[in-house]
Amino acid sequence: MKHFSLPVNNLIRKPGRTTVLALLTAFLALAVFGGSVVVLSLRSGLNSLEARLGADIILVPSQAQSKVSFQNMFLQGTTGAFYMDASVPEKALEVEGVEKAAPQTFLASLKADCCSIKIQVIGIDPERDFTVQPWITRSLTRDLGDMDVAVGCKVEADVGEIIRIYEQRCKVVARLEATGTGLDTAVYCDMNTMNTLLRAAEEKGVSHKIESGDQVISAVYVKVKDGYDIDAVNSRLNGHIRKVTAVRTRSMITGVSDSLAGVSRTVTVLIAAVWVLAFMILLLAFLLIIRERTREFAVLRLAGASRGMLSRMVLAESSLCGLLGGLIGVGLAALLLFPFAQLIESALNLPYLTPKPGTVLLLAAGTVLLSAAVAAFSSVIAAYRLSRVDPGAALREGN
Amino acid sequence: MSLLELKNVSKIYGDLKALDNVSLHVDQGEWVAIMGPSGSGKSTMMNIIGCMDKPTSGEVLLDGVDISRESSKKLTDIRRDKIGLIFQQFHMVNYLTAVENVMVSQYYHSMPDEKEALEALGRVGLRERARHLPSQLSGGEQQRVCVARALINHPELILADEPTGNLDEANENIVLDLFAQLHKEGTTLIVVTHDPEVADAAQRTIVLEHGKVAREVINENFGK
Repeated sequence: MKHFSLPVNNLIRKPGRTTVLALLTAFLALAVFGGSVVVLSLRSGLNSLEARLGADIILVPSQAQSKVSFQNMFLQGTTGAFYMDASVPEKALEVEGVEKAAPQTFLASLKADCCSIKIQVIGIDPERDFTVQPWITRSLTRDLGDMDVAVGCKVEADVGEIIRIYEQRCKVVARLEATGTGLDTAVYCDMNTMNTLLRAAEEKGVSHKIESGDQVISAVYVKVKDGYDIDAVNSRLNGHIRKVTAVRTRSMITGVSDSLAGVSRTVTVLIAAVWVLAFMILLLAFLLIIRERTREFAVLRLAGASRGMLSRMVLAESSLCGLLGGLIGVGLAALLLFPFAQLIESALNLPYLTPKPGTVLLLAAGTVLLSAAVAAFSSVIAAYRLSRVDPGAALREGN
Repeated sequence: MSLLELKNVSKIYGDLKALDNVSLHVDQGEWVAIMGPSGSGKSTMMNIIGCMDKPTSGEVLLDGVDISRESSKKLTDIRRDKIGLIFQQFHMVNYLTAVENVMVSQYYHSMPDEKEALEALGRVGLRERARHLPSQLSGGEQQRVCVARALINHPELILADEPTGNLDEANENIVLDLFAQLHKEGTTLIVVTHDPEVADAAQRTIVLEHGKVAREVINENFGK
């Protein structure tokens, strides 16, 4: 309190100078906090995608790759469907090294009178599924019943609402947590419901040749036993099951991961550039202030301030400016980033999942403290030189 | 009893002897004026007595302590605790109000006490102007704030360099009256001045010429 009231007074009574210094640090904080949130959101998105894919290998019909971009179904939520024989999971389990094989069936609804919304419907077998089911379980404590659906967080339907898919009434029983991937725009149901929907779609003439009585599936998620080489199992699956392609999930994620690394690098370089620039400008600003404040510091020296007290005063002033700038910068970044997260996601074309509030708060606090530290550090030379002012000489110059 | 004693003090800048083997003493409670033409060594002497500079040689005893040998930090402590400084220019911190400028001395001396600072301003007739910034005060008022700031910590020595040099006659009289009051209360005053009228207000005048004490004059009319 004793030495603090002078710095506070100085900042309040010199609003122009305080504003310029605070805005400079705000610029720094905006870049650090904003850039870090974008990078963290991309990392969270990728982690979430990995967790949701959850399998080592995915089996799809051989013609699937040409029919629809399998990767885009997961990343951007594009709709699409392809089918293969329902016996594929059992065939996969015959292959050495396969621990689990869970089928999924895809169906794209239409933007037409028969459907409430155009959406990707994914049917799962709760007994065998090990990728989507754990995610659903976090939002729904019971199994999905007949004509029940769980919706991704970006689907415009509330729990309890009825949505129509090919004239079939499906009840929304859960909204799932955000994953930051295309999975957020899909609807999930069990295989019975999926079969009903497939038949209804076929009646509308939009679906696909389904041999009566036979169940069809779109993909099989395969988990490889511990100790087995995934590439080797992948090759064995390709050789063992005809008309099916085994795709390593890592190869799907690698593209995303590479893009993420590219964006991270760009953001990191930008943050570093802003840091250097802001630090240099702050350094210069504080050096320019030395001339303006020499007489003031001479007066304070004559009033009994020691060199250490004056150094601490300059550092306190610059830290306070940094704190203020940090708060402004973090606030501005939050205003720009969080309301427009969806826009950023579509602009980057990558999985984007905003970190949890606790992480964001921690990052914000860290950025504010960092801004204060950078501002204080950039004023060290000014603090030293001002504290060395010869009061007699400085005041004689005034005379 | 001597508060200040200079023994063979010299201050040399290159070839220039600003002070040349000066010896003098000032008693506790005494009011001394130092006169002399420009370049006679008045400001150099003021800086040495005010702990802002050190002599090249000689001893400066302030309250028994040889301040010519002390470190910069110790000199700051001595200046803060024992000396009140007043300059010709009204050196105030321009973003602080009159009362805050007075409290600055308290900040570094003990604890800021606004009531006491307001009383000090009342003493120089500026109680009503306490919340004004320096830019809102006249030159005379600013100088009176500086006097209030110099006396707020009850220093043993008031050291004033041309304190009335920039003041009109009315404000000059106010400042000299204040000095007279401080003298009555036992404060030691050393006033550097060009003005014979200001020097006449003191008990004793020391005249410097070419860095040496040329003569000392006792004011026979002091107190009359």
